[in-house]
Amino acid sequence: MTPLQTYFPLAIAFIVAGALAALLVGAAALLGPRRPSAVKAAPFECGSDPIGSARERFGVKFYMVALLFIVFDVEAVFVYPWAVLLRDLGWSGYIAMAFFAFTLVIGLAYVWKKGALEMETD
Amino acid sequence: MPVNYSPPPKSTPKVIVAVTLAAAAGIPFLFLGLVLLLTPVLKPATIDGLLSNAGIDPSWRTPAYVAALFVLALLMMNYGAIFSGVITWWERRVAGRIQSRIGPNRAGFGGFFIFIADAVKMLLKEDLVPADADALLFRAAPYFVVTGFALTFVVLPFGHSLVVTDLNVGVFYVTSVTALVVVGILISGWASNSKWALFGGVRAAAQVISYEIPAGVSIFVPIAMAGTLSMQGIIRAQGGLPWEWFVFRNPAALIAFFVLFTSQLAEANRTPFDLPEAESELVAGYLSEYSGFRFALFFLVEWGNIWVLSAIVTTLFLGGWQIPFVSAEYIDGLRGAGVLPSLAWWGWNAVSMAVFTAKTIALCNLVIWLRWTLPRVRVDQMMGLCWKYLVPAAFACFVFTLFWELAVSVAPRIELVSGVGFTVIAVVLAVLFARRVHQNIQAVQGEKIDLSNW
Repeated sequence: MTPLQTYFPLAIAFIVAGALAALLVGAAALLGPRRPSAVKAAPFECGSDPIGSARERFGVKFYMVALLFIVFDVEAVFVYPWAVLLRDLGWSGYIAMAFFAFTLVIGLAYVWKKGALEMETD
Repeated sequence: MPVNYSPPPKSTPKVIVAVTLAAAAGIPFLFLGLVLLLTPVLKPATIDGLLSNAGIDPSWRTPAYVAALFVLALLMMNYGAIFSGVITWWERRVAGRIQSRIGPNRAGFGGFFIFIADAVKMLLKEDLVPADADALLFRAAPYFVVTGFALTFVVLPFGHSLVVTDLNVGVFYVTSVTALVVVGILISGWASNSKWALFGGVRAAAQVISYEIPAGVSIFVPIAMAGTLSMQGIIRAQGGLPWEWFVFRNPAALIAFFVLFTSQLAEANRTPFDLPEAESELVAGYLSEYSGFRFALFFLVEWGNIWVLSAIVTTLFLGGWQIPFVSAEYIDGLRGAGVLPSLAWWGWNAVSMAVFTAKTIALCNLVIWLRWTLPRVRVDQMMGLCWKYLVPAAFACFVFTLFWELAVSVAPRIELVSGVGFTVIAVVLAVLFARRVHQNIQAVQGEKIDLSNW
């Protein structure tokens, strides 16, 4: 099996998933009624008229989560190949990766201490 | 004015019972049967052989291969869609029983066809786009969600040789394509131009990316134990009996199993982590402005993801399709030597598929059960659980596994000791649990237990 043959089904699945979803949404558009009105087109705000724009500011905590995610997820990409080769690398690989994990845990402890993991607003 | 509902049927006509049972048995039988027939055929050598047998020119090989792939991809997609429909029905029945009410019982025997009625209803609804919404992104969001869901089916191993393509980066691929779902959710929340949708979308993004960390780190445990990223390779490194499963073979893997299962629940936005669409505070979260079939697509993915997460956990920790007492290598050897009759080969594949499906459905049931048992957590509790408990626990499991694997290479017997020990503990706990359930039923119903109303 060449790499192309291994990955080719993904392209097919991608096309089929998109086409099927488009077909169903298209069928719904054909079958469903179409009676637009200003009330229907308004965003839902519990029955009252919408106040201001919906594109509001939101808590900075969510950006903190995104930053943390990037740090830890990039780390995961490094660990995948290493986890596969664990037995071949032996003790030297073990020590290197334990050190790497230790530095990350120090980072997590620092973030924790700084209060970036607290979601309560104060 | 009171509404007159027709009274519930006293007894279901025999024809409806027969049709329902036929559909309930026939749908999985048909889909799984077609998958069973088509997947092993999808090898260039097999297609060449079939073409030459049928006397067709070999230049048709590529079109035939592509056509077979299209059919298989369509099958997998339909399998996911219909299974998510069936699971909505099952969830409502279970919810009904847990909350001492009836649940759906009109469309077909036991209300089985409710999911078809729902789909038809959704098809006949108006497809609304809010006036100030970003129309392009609003319309595009469901496609991201659906493709992210459908692409995982390509690498899910249904049986011994029943996988569309066994990528050598299988697990990594699954974690990366499921990320498309969160992109779709974030787009839908932003594009709706509704405050509820925005809050729901941002919450969903924060939740899913946070839980990606413990999920990703706990996945290292089975990868390190198997020494491969391929889904089939991970299953082959396990065995059919409980003490040969990864979950019991290593104490850290048992913890990693719970970490992964919890994180997958959160990534699939299931209760107790369904904050993004918490109906008591956010109306319907990122789904608030969706209607008609676009809404249905989100729900299809939400319920279909229950199958995906159960299948992933089964693959990584619970031995996948491995059948007790017969090793996959033994069958491969017989097949390679040419002494295995072709019918026995298909039978073996069918049994392995049944084992995998049974394990996955048991886990799906657990997911549903959890939803109707646990209350929803708060946002800060959800974040705290992830970053303060699951992430450190996953790191500890991962570092312990490094140590454990090196110890196993010196003394292979410790895996067996751990496996048998944990299996015994699990069996004892299961027996105690069953006795407790029995006592509770007896306390309510007395000595004579009546299950006819279940």
